[in-house]
Amino acid sequence: MTTPDHRDQLIFELSTPGRKGYSLPAHDVPPAPLEGTVPDGLLRSGLAGFPEMTEVGLVRHYTRLSTWNYGVDTGMYPLGSCTMKYNPKVNEAAARMRGFAEVHPLAPDEAAQGALAVMHALAGMLGEITGLPAVSLQPAAGAHGELTGIMMIRKRLITRDGHPRRLVLIPDSAHGTNPASAHFCGYEVREIKSCARGNLSVSALAEAMTPEVAGLMLTNPNTLGMFEDEICDAARIVHEQGGLVYCDGANMNALIGKARPGDFGVDIMHLNLHKTFSTPHGGGGPGSGPVVATREFEPFLPTPVVVATRDGLRLDYDRPLSIGRVKAFHGNFGMIVRAYAYIRSLGPKGIRESAENAVLNANYVRARLRDEYEVPYDRLNMHEVIFSDHKQNEYGVTTLDIAKRLIDLGFHPPTIYFPLIVHGALMVEPTESEGLDELDRFVEAMLQIAEEARTNPDLLKKAPVTTRRSRFDEATAARKPILKWTRPVG
Amino acid sequence: MLEAIGVPSIDALFEPVPAAVRLQRELDLPPALSEPDLMAHLGALAGQNADPSTHAVFLGAGAYRHFAPSFIDQLLLRSEFYTAYTPYQPEIAQGTLQAIFEFQTLVSELMGTDLANASMYDGSTAMAEAAMMACRLTKRNRVVVARSVHPHYREVLDTYATNLGLAVVEVGYLPDGTLDVCALADAAKGAAGVVFQYPNFFGVIDDPRKAVDVARAAGALSVAVVAEPVAMGLLAPPGSLGVDIVAAELQAFGVPVGYGGPYCGVIAASEKCMRQMPGRFVGMATDTEGRTGFVLTLATREQHIRREKATSNICTNSGLMALAATMFMAAYGKDGLPELARLNFDKAHYAEAAIRKAGAKAGITLRFAAPFFNEFVIGGLGDAAAVQKRLLGSGIIAGLPLERYYPELRDSLLVCVTELNRAEEIDRLAEALAG
Ligand SMILES: Cc1ncc(COP(=O)(O)O)c(C=O)c1O
Repeated sequence: MTTPDHRDQLIFELSTPGRKGYSLPAHDVPPAPLEGTVPDGLLRSGLAGFPEMTEVGLVRHYTRLSTWNYGVDTGMYPLGSCTMKYNPKVNEAAARMRGFAEVHPLAPDEAAQGALAVMHALAGMLGEITGLPAVSLQPAAGAHGELTGIMMIRKRLITRDGHPRRLVLIPDSAHGTNPASAHFCGYEVREIKSCARGNLSVSALAEAMTPEVAGLMLTNPNTLGMFEDEICDAARIVHEQGGLVYCDGANMNALIGKARPGDFGVDIMHLNLHKTFSTPHGGGGPGSGPVVATREFEPFLPTPVVVATRDGLRLDYDRPLSIGRVKAFHGNFGMIVRAYAYIRSLGPKGIRESAENAVLNANYVRARLRDEYEVPYDRLNMHEVIFSDHKQNEYGVTTLDIAKRLIDLGFHPPTIYFPLIVHGALMVEPTESEGLDELDRFVEAMLQIAEEARTNPDLLKKAPVTTRRSRFDEATAARKPILKWTRPVG
Repeated sequence: MLEAIGVPSIDALFEPVPAAVRLQRELDLPPALSEPDLMAHLGALAGQNADPSTHAVFLGAGAYRHFAPSFIDQLLLRSEFYTAYTPYQPEIAQGTLQAIFEFQTLVSELMGTDLANASMYDGSTAMAEAAMMACRLTKRNRVVVARSVHPHYREVLDTYATNLGLAVVEVGYLPDGTLDVCALADAAKGAAGVVFQYPNFFGVIDDPRKAVDVARAAGALSVAVVAEPVAMGLLAPPGSLGVDIVAAELQAFGVPVGYGGPYCGVIAASEKCMRQMPGRFVGMATDTEGRTGFVLTLATREQHIRREKATSNICTNSGLMALAATMFMAAYGKDGLPELARLNFDKAHYAEAAIRKAGAKAGITLRFAAPFFNEFVIGGLGDAAAVQKRLLGSGIIAGLPLERYYPELRDSLLVCVTELNRAEEIDRLAEALAG
């Protein structure tokens, strides 16, 4: 029998009776009697499954875990659609200021003027950036923003026509959250096929657009990294039939300072502060998904809304036409502070240059790799570019193999197998944070992989080999799910 | 780079954007600030807010200030954690994945349930999604919710339900602040779920078994909301009392109150809910060499595969906050969480007694007679909002005036006391309220 390697153990296995990693403030009040206070049978008998650890034990355990992760600070993270740009450290310091981090959300408005000022200012800046001045900072992530935006469309239609209509049109290239959000807002989803150029088919839209359609939900630039250049026509078609245009703003990083959705017919959209505005993704959240919309949507914004009055800023709850609340309190304020700090650091010129460099970098990667990897839509793209594994399939190599081999060569893989309309999609979004040297290193790695696909496909099939774990059997994991640790018997 | 691309200028890269919609001016944003100027500016803004270094704060109501050992924030700043995306590539995300697996295990133990998911946005959306899950599981379209559930949570539930044509029926509370079981039983007939809070919004320790019995009799699922998880160090876990679904807010575990977010919602439930659960799960898996590790699993419930047929639209959740909560639970551990809970209980009871004693002459009373944990409602204040305002002048945020949410409680404040409120502060509150 071999001794288990402590580095492989879960916190529960590392636990040792009697160890202690906490200290409590002085017990400066007398104990209150429990008996006769807590109802019978409601006193807890114990927390047997909780660990007992020293502080140093805890710190080593979680530090060790961190070393098994790859983050933006580790290296290039060209995960398409996710905008994994650098997360400025000053933002972390800002959000941790006591006057932000320790303010209670239900503090009276007069005791939170600084927090309200940050929210008010950020809302104003997001309105200017998008040309859509009605803003709510309440949604907690992109999908939550989608849901909120579709709720606002629904409410506006009910207010205008007495009924919400039945359908939402969504291109087949859309992210899965789009149809799911429409569905959770009570709509049926009708998918619209993209045209051969990878864009929204305006003729298909015209055909599908009837008075039963509440609106079009589209992503611009779309998930192929292409600008929807017929967006104005598309918006006109939707508007003529009384529908509204929702834009998934996940890809706003391509457009800041260059074009404003409010100027190309979008009525309402969400932004991802955790993409475009540099707030860290946290290994799966938290995010923040503000909704921005035309003035006509102002009455329908979630409550409360920050308003300026003669006596300073306050939270306005008196909004009879509001869709209501979508989240407790006022949104992910910590992310709001970070995004505010980001925009204030860059200013108007810097933020425009971020979009320019994001688009430059993505086009550069396309230009350098187009001979070796199929580019299904080979023309100027915006902030991200889609390749397929078409050429590599010839050698039995797939997108998954390419992605896993990239790990061995020191890069986080691109987004894979999305959008669904491209077979074996590899979606590369370098962001503006990468310099030419880093882009070239990535390109060289991709070229090397293309060569290896021809000469040594086995190397790709086995990848990754440099990581702590190799590929997992995900099918078995899903068939026989083990979702928590249980102490082995005996 | 332009040459490699084959365009003459940066502007040419933007040709796919029709000229008519290209922005011809600079955005109207304030000019760039250097890092020191930015920090000074933000410092000035932060300085306009009341925090526990400037005020004695007795606010809870879904956002609780507890002591988080210093190591937690330092580890949250390990950038391998906070600058990573959702762990889509398990081979280079074992840190996040294992931490979430530990999170799911700890939350299941804490709540006494079979399983827990990888987190939700916050407690309010967790509750709304739990109610929707109850509807899917029972194929019914009405939920019953106690008015003693956090008012924001109920508002969120209303917002979600309205759009889906789900009916929400609210049931009142008894004069002692506990569940009105008879009214609950009446309303529960034909309902999908019975939603209550434990401890409830007033801090009162309701007996979950009453809601469980009502739900079972009606063929509905019982949904417990836990907004102050520190109470679980003292109280029997809802799962062990027969509750089917727990929708919780774990902000109290190592996440600062931070003016309302980001927080850490989670749903914990019995096995039968697994395939209908919203959000992500991490599961144990074996790699090609037979070594164990962790992956995202049961993804066929999720939007990226099921699209409009998914169990939820959620994608990004609260990963980093779940990591904070994991470290908090592991640090306090088996003995610390009960001790922490006990200290909260003792301090709150000390405060309640002190306020009642000092305020007796002024007519201040304990509004609800039922047992409470670390929050309680005091009544007899006349206009509670005015009292709060008066105390703000002397550096105390006395609690939450309840009139906005409960018009019948115009004279009442919800007061929260945690281990971080010193006895001296509590005495000051009691005297100020009385005077
Ligand atoms: C195009 C697109 N839409 C929507 C989303 C969902 O955003 P979130 O994960 O913040 O909910 C994403 C990100 O995953 C996305 O890339």
